[in-house]
Amino acid sequence: MSDDSKLVGVVLVSHSGPVAESVATLATGLAGGGTAPVAAAGGTEGGGLGTSSELIAAAAHRVDRGVGVAILVDLGSAVLTVKALLAEGDELPDGARLVDAPFVEGAVAAVVTASAGADIAAVEAAAREAYTYRKV
Amino acid sequence: MLDADFLRRWLTNAATAVDREAERLTELDSPIGDADHGSNLQRGFTAVAAALEKDAPDTPGAVLILAGRQLISTVGGASGPLYGTLLRRTGKALGDAAEVGEAEFADALRVGVDAVAALGGAAPGDKTMLDALVPAVDALPTSFAAARAAAHEGALATTPLQARKGRASYLGERSIGHQDPGATSSALLFEALAETAEGAGHA
Repeated sequence: MSDDSKLVGVVLVSHSGPVAESVATLATGLAGGGTAPVAAAGGTEGGGLGTSSELIAAAAHRVDRGVGVAILVDLGSAVLTVKALLAEGDELPDGARLVDAPFVEGAVAAVVTASAGADIAAVEAAAREAYTYRKV
Repeated sequence: MLDADFLRRWLTNAATAVDREAERLTELDSPIGDADHGSNLQRGFTAVAAALEKDAPDTPGAVLILAGRQLISTVGGASGPLYGTLLRRTGKALGDAAEVGEAEFADALRVGVDAVAALGGAAPGDKTMLDALVPAVDALPTSFAAARAAAHEGALATTPLQARKGRASYLGERSIGHQDPGATSSALLFEALAETAEGAGHA
């Protein structure tokens, strides 16, 4: 592993544990060797479908290297829980932000960009940019 | 005046009501949601009741902030951050006063409801909990009983609406004809509030 001490962290929040884990694996795999810190926070603490604020906060602190954490989410309660945690003020690391992006494509863009040493604004921009990629 | 004990009894009564109605809430959530509203709220309010029994904060604001935090961290569905935000913002608006007047409480609750609307990006008529919460806070300056009636009417009035937010919105017109589970649980909260007020001689 390369030194990730100054890289932006990425947190992937899904209603499903396996979805979050798999997208994390996909994104780190496509980013190549020596990637930015990535953590999955999927499902509830009991392994069910849903969102756990505890898992999200723990994941964000795990990937925080002091230069920002990009949080990508899928649906409904994942969005609302991250917004509520950000509003609490002290639950997530300083510099954590909710990134508005498609979950899978945005995750790949965020992890690749963060792994290249980009700052949090560039990571967010790259993830948002994934919305403009039309498939048809 | 309302003190910390009044707020604690409100939320304990709400936990009892959610426990009693959990099955009905989940039934309402089956045709238009993911059939977990009752069990999610039951888990959240059980945690709220347990936390308040253990901690017993000594101001109304602190009671609501503690309860809101429990809901955000234990519910697991969208109702957690929404109700958590409602209670936390209401609590923060009350500050650290040991007792609050009824009018002050009504104003703080409106701040909480506005925060829920901002978080979810919803408005009355979207077939969400706001369809009960907004008429209830509008009626609260009149009386706790008026707020209960308004919340109940608001929940019933969601049946003919088409959902525009949340999981139910994917169903489009098929969401019409079902009472919204979130508005129904919001009406339960105001029912518990009115019961608590009657018990304390505030009706």
